[in-house]
Amino acid sequence: MLRLIAGFIGKKAIRLLTLLAAVSVISFALVNASPVDPVQAYIGADVMRVGPEQRAEIAAYWGLDRPFPERFLKWANALLHGDMGTSMIYREPVVKVIGERFLSSVWLMALAWTFSGVIGFAAGIAAAMRKDSWIDRLIKGFCYTLASTPAFWIGLLLMMLFSVWLGWLPVGLSVPAGVLADEVILLDRLRHLILPAVTLSVAGIAPIALHTRQKLADVLESDYILFARARGVSGLALIRRHGLRNIALPALTLQFASFGELFGGAVLAEQVFSYPGLGQATVEAGLRGDVPLLMGLVLCSTLFVFTGNTLADFLYRIVDPRMRAGKGMIR
Amino acid sequence: MTLLEVKDLSISFLHYAKGSRRDKTNVVDGLDLEVHEGEIVAVVGASGSGKSLLAHAVMGILPKNVLVSGDVSYKGERLDAARLKRYRGTEIALVPQSVAFLDPLMKVGEQLHAPADGREQAAERRTLFQKLKLSRQTEKLFPFQLSGGMARKVLFSTAAVARTRLIIADEPTPGMHESDVREALARFKSLAEKGCGVLLITHDIEAALRIADRIAVFYAGTAVEIARAEDFSGSGEQLRHPYTKALWRALPQNGFEPLKGAGQASGPAVELGCPFGSCCGSATGRCAEGKPEPRELRGGWVRCVHAS
Repeated sequence: MLRLIAGFIGKKAIRLLTLLAAVSVISFALVNASPVDPVQAYIGADVMRVGPEQRAEIAAYWGLDRPFPERFLKWANALLHGDMGTSMIYREPVVKVIGERFLSSVWLMALAWTFSGVIGFAAGIAAAMRKDSWIDRLIKGFCYTLASTPAFWIGLLLMMLFSVWLGWLPVGLSVPAGVLADEVILLDRLRHLILPAVTLSVAGIAPIALHTRQKLADVLESDYILFARARGVSGLALIRRHGLRNIALPALTLQFASFGELFGGAVLAEQVFSYPGLGQATVEAGLRGDVPLLMGLVLCSTLFVFTGNTLADFLYRIVDPRMRAGKGMIR
Repeated sequence: MTLLEVKDLSISFLHYAKGSRRDKTNVVDGLDLEVHEGEIVAVVGASGSGKSLLAHAVMGILPKNVLVSGDVSYKGERLDAARLKRYRGTEIALVPQSVAFLDPLMKVGEQLHAPADGREQAAERRTLFQKLKLSRQTEKLFPFQLSGGMARKVLFSTAAVARTRLIIADEPTPGMHESDVREALARFKSLAEKGCGVLLITHDIEAALRIADRIAVFYAGTAVEIARAEDFSGSGEQLRHPYTKALWRALPQNGFEPLKGAGQASGPAVELGCPFGSCCGSATGRCAEGKPEPRELRGGWVRCVHAS
């Protein structure tokens, strides 16, 4: 068993390294080919006061005048030594920017991830237990609607309803404007977190609910449920004893595999609510050609999504006794 | 004492035909059957003749789109929802045919222990495991880790506890090796000797004849004949129904005559006349007039107007 897990982790580590290398090269090339001029983006409104000589100086200072391979190798070399560079727009070390942003994003994503998981799973079970009843149709309809609705649009709707019309929750940002950092209390942070988190979780509910519903419906029609009923197991005990056991693993796997969508959703949700997290930083870095920050974010999100998928794989292959015993199946 | 009494049981499936018209397909039709204490009654018939549905109907585990009519009684009381709840898994037990009827993610030991079981049953099962030569280790295995023989023993052990009065065994010997068949059948025989009623559902008429007291021959969803085991002898002169006779003579040691009508007749002919009529050598005009009603004949029952 331990050898199995060690092998699993070893193979995954090699895959991660090759993946990160490939992502680095491709992202760097893409940024290089992008029409955004970092110098122009940096100067912004001061465009009239900056002459061509000064521009050239700024470009030289950032090393933008060097050819692409040289710049990439320099960046990669620094990265291998633990230096991710300095963000052009925030003028702070990339590690620090990402660290701060990650902290606020991680709460948002964790909350949304838990919400969507718990609500989706519960809704899926409810729908499957009363399959073809009005509650099943309601949940199914709700899920189809959610699945075909863009998250940012839901975000805008929620903002209009709860912030603008009802005035219950703040319109955006992660803390109240005009308040000193020391005076911000936890409740303020939470109030700012609610709408982005709800927006982000709404997108994740539909897949998990529909998947759980289908899986449980299949389980309930299986021979082993028939036999359990013949042995006197019924109602909720049937779901507890045989249902949950057989749907928990697929649901968890799906939930961990959704880290990619979670991150993608966070970019949109944070943008809508001006929530200063990783997603918003990514948009900024992209629009203003901040190569070091963008590269840092790309690597960071790759790691994040990869972790989610690996956990999903791990659950699927090692926790399921059938897969664990069929060792040949672990690649 | 009569344990199980099935009277005029019909089972039909509802399904949507073209458009929104609902069609009904009769799968079991007007079935009568009795199982007494200490008796083994075998239900023998081809696949698709509705044998398994009979088992599921008695246990009350038919799917929702199924219509059931007729009476199922246990110990003289109608098996309604409340009584089913009381007896299912305690006095009435089902022995399914394959390991697919076990939860794939639940260890055997945990799974054997149904909610209705107490310490007594757990202890009984431990003794039973020893008797069946299953190691204690078996309890810690998942169903997929069981060999075919182990799986059948485990399935058997779900039912074989002292409080069980009626056992319904659904195909307990599918494609098994001869010695395994003998072993499996002996287990059911020993339960019957202790006073259990056993309803043995099988397509293997030879296996059934070895232990059963009475044989119900299934054709097109109904028992065309209920015969004593000793009636199956010689060239089948004691048998009452032409289908039973054909079935008996189709066995290798009895002439190996090809069996006609094994494909199960269905359609309007079945609705109107004798279901076996189109394949029967002695069919006459009377056979097409209506379904033959079951009648008692020489200590058994038969659904044939010509039988004597």
